[in-house]
Amino acid sequence: MTRMSLLADDVAGKRFLAILAILCVVVPVANLLVPSDSALHLSTYTVTLLGKYLCYALLAIAADLVWGYLGILSLGHGAFFSLGGYAMGMYLMRQIGDRGVYGNPDLPDFMVFLNWSELPWFWSGFDQFWFAMLMVVLVPGVLAYIFGFLAFRSRVTGVYLSIMTQALTYALMLAFFRNEMGFGGNNGLTDFKDLLGFSLQSDATRVGLFMASALALALGYVLCRYIVQSRLGLVAVAVRDAESRTRFIGYRVEHAKLWIFTFSAVLAGIAGALYVPQVGIINPNEFSPLNSIELIVWVAVGGRATLIGAVVGAVAVNYGKTVLTAALPEVWLFVLGALFVIVTVYFPQGLVGLKSMMMRARA
Amino acid sequence: MKKSIFKTLAIPAALLVSSMTFAADTIKVGVLHSLSGTMAISETTLKDTMLMLIEEQNKKGGLLGKKLEPVVVDPASNWPLFAEKARELIEQDKVAAVFGCWTSVSRKSVLPVFEELNNILFYPVQYEGEESSKNVFYTGAAPNQQAIPAVDYLMNDVGVKRWVLAGTDYVYPRTTNKILEAYLKAKGVKDADIMINYTPFGHSDWQSIVSDIKKFGGAGKKTAVVSTINGDANVPFYKELGNQGLSAEDIPVIAFSVGEEELSGIDTGPLVGHLAAWNYFMSVDSKQNKKFIKDWQKFIGSKDRVSNDPMEAHYIGFNMWVKAVEKAGTTDPEAVQKAIIGVEVPNLTGGTAKMLANHHITKPVLIGEIQDNGQFDVVWETDGLVPGDAWSDHLPGSKDIVADWTDKLGCGNYNSKTKKCSGQNY
Amino acid sequence: MSVLRKGRAGIYAALLHIALMLLFSPVHSALMPDEDIAVLKEGSYGDKSDLVISLPERPGAVSLLPVLQVMLDGDLYLSADEKLLSVTDAPADQYLIIDIDAGTESVVAEKGALKRVRINNSVRRILRRTIAQLQLRSDDVGVRLAAVKQIIDKVDTDSVAIIREYFPAEQDADVRDAMALVLAVGDLRSGDPALAEAAIETLSTSLEPVALNTLQDFSEDTDSTLLARQAEKAIEAIQGRVRVYENLETLYFGLSSGSVLVLAGIGLAITFGVMGVINMAHGELIMLGAYTTYVIQQLMPELIGISIIIAIPAAFLVSGLAGIIMERLVIRHLYGNPLETLLATFGISLILQQTVRTIFSPLNKSVITPDWMSGLLEVNSVLALTWNRLYIIVFCLIVFLALVFVMKKTPLGLQVRAVSQNRNMARAMGVRSQWVDALTFGLGSGIAGVAGVALSLITNVGPNLGQAYIIDSFMVVVFGGVGNLLGTLFAGMSLGVMNKVLEPSVGAVLAKILILVFIILFIQKRPQGLFPQRGRAAEG
Repeated sequence: MTRMSLLADDVAGKRFLAILAILCVVVPVANLLVPSDSALHLSTYTVTLLGKYLCYALLAIAADLVWGYLGILSLGHGAFFSLGGYAMGMYLMRQIGDRGVYGNPDLPDFMVFLNWSELPWFWSGFDQFWFAMLMVVLVPGVLAYIFGFLAFRSRVTGVYLSIMTQALTYALMLAFFRNEMGFGGNNGLTDFKDLLGFSLQSDATRVGLFMASALALALGYVLCRYIVQSRLGLVAVAVRDAESRTRFIGYRVEHAKLWIFTFSAVLAGIAGALYVPQVGIINPNEFSPLNSIELIVWVAVGGRATLIGAVVGAVAVNYGKTVLTAALPEVWLFVLGALFVIVTVYFPQGLVGLKSMMMRARA
Repeated sequence: MKKSIFKTLAIPAALLVSSMTFAADTIKVGVLHSLSGTMAISETTLKDTMLMLIEEQNKKGGLLGKKLEPVVVDPASNWPLFAEKARELIEQDKVAAVFGCWTSVSRKSVLPVFEELNNILFYPVQYEGEESSKNVFYTGAAPNQQAIPAVDYLMNDVGVKRWVLAGTDYVYPRTTNKILEAYLKAKGVKDADIMINYTPFGHSDWQSIVSDIKKFGGAGKKTAVVSTINGDANVPFYKELGNQGLSAEDIPVIAFSVGEEELSGIDTGPLVGHLAAWNYFMSVDSKQNKKFIKDWQKFIGSKDRVSNDPMEAHYIGFNMWVKAVEKAGTTDPEAVQKAIIGVEVPNLTGGTAKMLANHHITKPVLIGEIQDNGQFDVVWETDGLVPGDAWSDHLPGSKDIVADWTDKLGCGNYNSKTKKCSGQNY
Repeated sequence: MSVLRKGRAGIYAALLHIALMLLFSPVHSALMPDEDIAVLKEGSYGDKSDLVISLPERPGAVSLLPVLQVMLDGDLYLSADEKLLSVTDAPADQYLIIDIDAGTESVVAEKGALKRVRINNSVRRILRRTIAQLQLRSDDVGVRLAAVKQIIDKVDTDSVAIIREYFPAEQDADVRDAMALVLAVGDLRSGDPALAEAAIETLSTSLEPVALNTLQDFSEDTDSTLLARQAEKAIEAIQGRVRVYENLETLYFGLSSGSVLVLAGIGLAITFGVMGVINMAHGELIMLGAYTTYVIQQLMPELIGISIIIAIPAAFLVSGLAGIIMERLVIRHLYGNPLETLLATFGISLILQQTVRTIFSPLNKSVITPDWMSGLLEVNSVLALTWNRLYIIVFCLIVFLALVFVMKKTPLGLQVRAVSQNRNMARAMGVRSQWVDALTFGLGSGIAGVAGVALSLITNVGPNLGQAYIIDSFMVVVFGGVGNLLGTLFAGMSLGVMNKVLEPSVGAVLAKILILVFIILFIQKRPQGLFPQRGRAAEG
């Protein structure tokens, strides 16, 4: 299948990719070339913010793939996101070198502080970019594979699976909070200096990260689109709608679930890896079960099983959060809470579905 | 689909508009405290304190002939959000200085932002030390202004021989306990007489640990608990102490994170006699303190609200900033950073606080016993003011490091042995 | 708050005092001479300690016991005319004042003119010892025994001497045994080999920490190998017995933390287990129960003792009503879509949290543990069970049994089970399924509120209370087998015990992680939990 035929009947997708492409041109120009006193100048704050939204959108697509098309409500996708983030964070920590506060060239600051004399084995290799990137993909992927293998084989489904994924991310959160684990405990990893030799504090690097996020999101969207239109994707939908029936027909239900779940975890990991250098910190709170639930809400608000809805939901909810936490912090939780209730009860199709509902009403 | 495209486009557009700033004849002051999430419980009070201080300064005619304008944002107890909001305050709102953060991790998260954009942060909470940034002014206590004097008191005045160092598992208790362990051993305390215990945030089931402490304390030597247990975990901890019958006379607990505000959420009956070490207590009898409490209770509209140590830190920090701005004649952060070193303002305990070259301040250290009305009765205090020490003298790694931000060194981590300003050098 | 008022009142009091001094010659207390009163009034903590230490030497010192007791409680005040008063809180923000000399009582609204006798830890310590010493002269056997027990905790040369003085005259066997222990400690510490053997014998039968410590010190210090061996044998004997009691204690800790888990989870066993609703707001319903307790205590400050009892039905009603409202407004639209209920109820949980935060402020609130629930049930000096935990275990069992009764023996329970097994059939038989749904959800929510009452006694009452327990609650229900009350009880208790057994060796965090991993693996092996159940939820 070529890319064109892949998106042939996906008008929204084409427009979405076009917007990403436009942003990739407009944002660098507005940030780097337009003088900062001009009304058209885009501040670095805004660039970083947009970059963060794009990472969230990629994460939301990953969650929509398993929830919308596979029927697995994962309450642990934040864990895969964070693991990818930690892999990237470890690389960035190793790049600090002797510029940390203790000036130790071999050990990150928090290890010096814990009196560790040498780098633990699981940190070796992370000074290499390629190795870290491999781990960004491998760690969430392998964890998802093992978890999925065990769970799908013993046919843990529905609510049970959701609660198990929640337990998974909760256990990881508790583990990463421990200082003995060697991942910086509560403070996590921060104070990053540069990435591939580019200073993280320069505007150009930030724009570059923004463009990388946009590219990753575009690729992620196309790949997910490819999967849902492939045979595997059709089997997945069949599993979602009638698992036993699909199994009786002769499909290897577990395989379909396992591969899509693993792929989704990898996507989440990549989103995390792009997120960390832009926000400048990764710590165990990212594993918090609350984050994973909020992520599901983005998808629900945007509209599940549409992919594009996940993007819309992620950006819309986070934009609302940015605006409201600045303007009316006390009201934010009321709004978010009400949003959950209203969307699930009245607009199960989400924002994207709302539009088609209105069109139907007009017709 | 047109609508959703419009939406996607509208977002950056809206951000564009919001990113345009307009020159105004006010001086903006950023307030970066969590108003929601787990830290809201402690930080909301500090936001209100800042609003009160700014309001009072405006009543006095503002600063440099301009009114001060607080810009309050809510980082929602979310650490990456702290960095984002800090950038928003500095880049979008163009604030002259920021007062904020509570947890160490939130400070670590915003630190690179302040250093990149060269703004000023006043950090009002006692912390683990081992840091001195050009852009941060630490108005809370360093370990030598809280932990070390507290241990001295217990050792010399109470005669404690066996020590339990109990803390929440994060960087502040870890560092404090590391410093204390080194300090105790230097004073001849044996390994067997030190018990160290870490628990997770919000730990609520203290049965086994309190029972262990009881056994540890049953060994015949006077035992005390030095608690760096954080926030929410304290209530169940003290309740369990009371239930298992550990009274303050048998095994006193000295806490570094329990103040008047925390006590207002605890039934203090079983806690009477336990200790806390701070640089300020609401019960301190001084003219400034009385006025401060009166103003605070009037501002917040409640006679029941208490004041606490981090509030005093903001009081000092804000007044120092005001004085430094007046001295420099501008709010430009670079100029203020230079002007503020050496500035002296009154604290609330009847003395003065001075900003030192290492960006820490001088403080008295007070030890108070908890009373049944939720207040502390001061039982001991240091003779004079203790200067804050950024790098602990009791740790092998940081003994030789000094911080001095005057033109002499201009460095936050100068190694006096290698004669090098190691690592970062902003 | 009252600092200012007190400050000004203090000045008035001082003025008043001076005026009185000028007008009348002071009226002395019959109990204490003027110079002692002066020490109480203005002396340093050290002066007060010296005074208290010297008291037992005086003739008729026993009559001072009430004064010392009141002083220890921090309730001792001096009136403007230097009378010794006991001042305690009385209902309606008033104070009960007892003149210790005359025994007269009065109730006032202001205590500003009275001067409190301030004490600190070292004074408290000395007070306790002096009281114990004076109590040895009591006629009451119980008082004497308690006094010796008090001394056993902190034996020193002085206290051995005191006990030695009273030992010959003591008639009661229990008190004599306790005294003998103190004397044996003294003998062994004296290092006199002639006394050592008998002392080791006496100490080896005791479980008091001081016995073990003394024996350990002795075996390290003594020159005689024979005595050292005897002491070591005694130590082993004691340690063996101590270990048994320590294991019992671990079991008790486990059961008590297990019963908290069961209480938190059992409401969920109804809403999630029986109805198939994933109620993410369950934790907030617990929180509502805890806040109800707080409000009740605020409403009846003079009845703290029974406020907890009143809070139980009140919390049941508040949380139950909240649950019914939730069910009617939101959840009933979502039956059959468990994952959707998860999202909607999560939204509700956020709203509830923020509502509470808006009404009660984000600060934690304090719920006072009534006196009858605090303290220890001392089995012996190694094993002591905390009363409040004991009550919680019992309470948990009562709630469990009541719930089982409702589900198995009442018409409502029958209908709930019918609806959960086959809704259409039940409706065809005339069961009003909507009404049953609402009541069932209300029941589960009400139980959550009741759990909140129990939790308010052991942890923070704050907006985040619910979040801390929601994941644990789900774990307990899933582990026990969804839809099975007995499974929930068994799961909660066994997870609690497991946790407490692991905790000493691996620490609290790792213990929790290990248990989570265990549950995850267990569910892969047995997806239906410990006790699988048939019903609507069984199909998932």
